[in-house]
Amino acid sequence: MPALGADMESGTLLEWYVKPGDTVKRGEVVALVDTNKAEIEVEIFDEGVIDQLLVAEGVRVPVGTVLATIRPLAQRNGAPAGSPSRAPAPLAPSPARPPSMKVSVRPQDGHPVARRAAERLGVDLATVSGSGPDGAITKIDVERAAAAGTAVKRPSASTAAPAPVRAVAGRRDGQARAPAERHEAPARAPAERQDAMREAIAALMARSKREIPHYYLELQIDMSRALAWLHEQNLRRPVAQRLLSSALLLSAAAKAAAQMPEMNGFWVDGAFRPGAGVHLGVAISLRGGGLIAPALHDADHKTLDELMAGVRDLVARARAGRLRSSEMSAPTITVTNLGDRGVDLVHGVIYAPQVALIGFGAVRERPWAVDGMLGVRPIVIATLAADHRAGDGHTGARFLTIIDQRLQRPEEL
Amino acid sequence: MTEKQLREVVLRALTQIAPDIDPTEIDPDAEFVEQLDIDSMDFLNIIVAINEQTGIEIPERDYAKVSTLNDAIGYLAAAQTTQPVGAQAPE
Repeated sequence: MPALGADMESGTLLEWYVKPGDTVKRGEVVALVDTNKAEIEVEIFDEGVIDQLLVAEGVRVPVGTVLATIRPLAQRNGAPAGSPSRAPAPLAPSPARPPSMKVSVRPQDGHPVARRAAERLGVDLATVSGSGPDGAITKIDVERAAAAGTAVKRPSASTAAPAPVRAVAGRRDGQARAPAERHEAPARAPAERQDAMREAIAALMARSKREIPHYYLELQIDMSRALAWLHEQNLRRPVAQRLLSSALLLSAAAKAAAQMPEMNGFWVDGAFRPGAGVHLGVAISLRGGGLIAPALHDADHKTLDELMAGVRDLVARARAGRLRSSEMSAPTITVTNLGDRGVDLVHGVIYAPQVALIGFGAVRERPWAVDGMLGVRPIVIATLAADHRAGDGHTGARFLTIIDQRLQRPEEL
Repeated sequence: MTEKQLREVVLRALTQIAPDIDPTEIDPDAEFVEQLDIDSMDFLNIIVAINEQTGIEIPERDYAKVSTLNDAIGYLAAAQTTQPVGAQAPE
């Protein structure tokens, strides 16, 4: 079960699109998974033949659980029984789960203090890694797991069904997690999905505010040139190919992130890890409430037309509940644009473990002094919320300034 | 296209974007953006859908003139007399 977003602890396998014996290619959608927030299509990052499906449809399992085994094409004629098969699901870097995490499947090792903490925090000890002697779980381990959202909440007694412990889930990066108790998770009613999404957002935002020392900067940006260029473009374009000012803002943000890699990446295990490529998370508010921030891959290399098409596609699929796993796990920096809702600026909460969030408010006409003259210009306030562990205000200020400079050269966006 | 047909075109465009809204509950004189909680991408998609259905191209400078249901119907009714209708009309 891949981590489809930093706020995901477990997922329900809704539907398999493949069966044992099927040949699969890299990038193929193999299953539909229900996170707390949405239904996500899971892509496979291996090639080979599906050997076994280990998780039945309708079953909820923690992140890290092996969903299926796959044989490389070369070994079509039988891998030795019991040989470690690769899990198809673990997807590209999953920064939300630090690779150093170890697994200890020995709840009996939990110190009584740890057990009480687990009870209080609703943490399943079987999913907590122990740092004490012989891997014993300490109270601090439990609290850390609860804070990081890595621990699986214990299923309530009414829904929990005892299940045999399966082999420890193998992950490509060497980390392993034990499956916790499984229980049937029926399809969600809309109201239940709302509650689950609220819970997921609450957990991630609380973690972000608890762990990340945010600093905030804001910059007023003159949009005269960008908008004049945009309107001139749109006059020449058919309706379906018109551009929105938000596409210019996204492009400027993506190109600035490419120019300053120290803003584009993750804070994991006490160190900054730059992202591989600029995968711009785009905060999309769902009708009826809730928020999801899937990635526009390699946004810094996309043309404005590609960004428009990408956002249009993401919004439509986010609302229809058809996002893909690579979009959920990949964002390296996120943009939130609340300008359409009429606010002047947004001080965002960073989407951990990313280190920066860019906010845009409404483009408004404001008095603007240039060269000793007062004029009226369309102005947008760009804000930056950044992780002070990963960098300082000086870096953040340069970053916002680069966004401004990019917007003064709209023809290069 | 009659005003009734234009109303249907606009309502269909709106419900495509926001399937959760009840067309019978739309206040014809309230702005879409406020009333239906839509953003600029939604609004552009509505303009595109109207274009597909009627062939009428609403230029950016006229967006403010189509911001409510009644305004949009009035605008389209006037526009179809001046803009050639290129696209297939819905039955």
